[in-house]
Amino acid sequence: MENESYVKIMTEWDIVAARQLGRNIAKELEFGTVDQARITTAISELARNIYLYAGQGEIRIERMNVYGKCGVKVTAADNGPGIQDIRKVMEDGYSTSGGLGAGLPGVRRLMDEFDITSSLQEGTTITAVKWIR
Amino acid sequence: MEIFKSRYRHLLRRYLKESSENALYQAQLFSRKSILQQISPEEIISLHTEALKEILPDLPKEVLLSFDFLLEVMVDYGLAYQEHQSMRDQQLEIKSEIEIAASIQENLLETSIPQLEALDIGATSIPAKQMNGDFYHFIHEGQSVHVAVADVIGKGIPAAICMSMIKYALDSLPESRKSPHFVLESLNKVVEENLEEGMFITMFYGMYDTVNHSFTYGAAGHEQGFYYHSAANSFEDLATKGLVLGVDQNFTYEQYQKQVEPGDMIVLLSDGVTEARTEEGFIERSVITGLIQKYKHLTAQEMVEQIYRELEKMQNYEMNDDFTLIILRRKV
Repeated sequence: MENESYVKIMTEWDIVAARQLGRNIAKELEFGTVDQARITTAISELARNIYLYAGQGEIRIERMNVYGKCGVKVTAADNGPGIQDIRKVMEDGYSTSGGLGAGLPGVRRLMDEFDITSSLQEGTTITAVKWIR
Repeated sequence: MEIFKSRYRHLLRRYLKESSENALYQAQLFSRKSILQQISPEEIISLHTEALKEILPDLPKEVLLSFDFLLEVMVDYGLAYQEHQSMRDQQLEIKSEIEIAASIQENLLETSIPQLEALDIGATSIPAKQMNGDFYHFIHEGQSVHVAVADVIGKGIPAAICMSMIKYALDSLPESRKSPHFVLESLNKVVEENLEEGMFITMFYGMYDTVNHSFTYGAAGHEQGFYYHSAANSFEDLATKGLVLGVDQNFTYEQYQKQVEPGDMIVLLSDGVTEARTEEGFIERSVITGLIQKYKHLTAQEMVEQIYRELEKMQNYEMNDDFTLIILRRKV
């Protein structure tokens, strides 16, 4: 199996496909059941964001091996409108109070590493890594 | 985590055997400890599944699968829980910042009550929340005592910040411009220029001449005070006309004067006093004059404090607005 796999997000069904891909890789890397659920939830959240706000984009999932540390890296990329105020969307309560779910602060909590770049009119790329404990 | 795992297994096994209340009590203690250790709900589900697998190895596959399902449901609850905790921490931080701000404000707005042969003065100002949107200020210069009472429409932190501005504007007025209508007109301009749209300040400003015993005053939309005639033992409203500060730059304020006889009292207040709310609704102004009658044998400072205590009690100790009450009484 190659090191990187991806799912194009265009319809709500693609969210399920992205979850499935993430779960398979997490299982294969022998993450525990709790971490499997966390990785999958994070992927789900990122894929939903693409579906809801950018219309389309993709979720890439990579196996990581850095100095013997194993993990999984999730990248969510879209060419959507971009995020006006990143600090605001990273604030606790911003998305949950609007009933939008765990949001990006949730993704950051579920994963070990988190990074976001976004520019208006060009799109958003979010990467998140979870390491095996 | 390993310790939690074996502890959970032990407690669960015991409960399955005994079905006792004691075992359930142990479960409660366990949850308290795991909350302290920031173990999330989905991890508890996982602990449970693992323990169950060991205690009952022959469980049908469907039962175990159902716990995977439950775990998935719990992930979002876990996130919500973590978010609440971090927001609670933030709230504590904000609370302590407000406390510091409130004490800075107290220092900024500090004013001392002038002690004079001719006048007995009492004043109290108590915020409904931590920061006060009411303000009073005394200036004792030569033979006059100036008194200002102001109230920002609105309360809390924004109101309190505005009040600091009023104090410094007052302090920077030149001596020659300290008669009430000048003061009100100057502050009206300051407020109009500096305050956000939709924010207003009401103000009463008075000047007591301690030699001639005249009281000159004016007001900008402020709650009317009372004048107590000692000889007749009667109250009169300190009627004033004037637009609240910050609406019209060019407004001219009227000025009034009263000749003060020995024993007469000037009572100034903010609407937090008259808008005291009891179960029957807002109190009547006569309730306040009644209280002044009741306590008029006391010193002015004791009076304002007693009146505050009674009104606080009438409202079941739930104050809705900042409360400011000032009494000036001619002694001799």
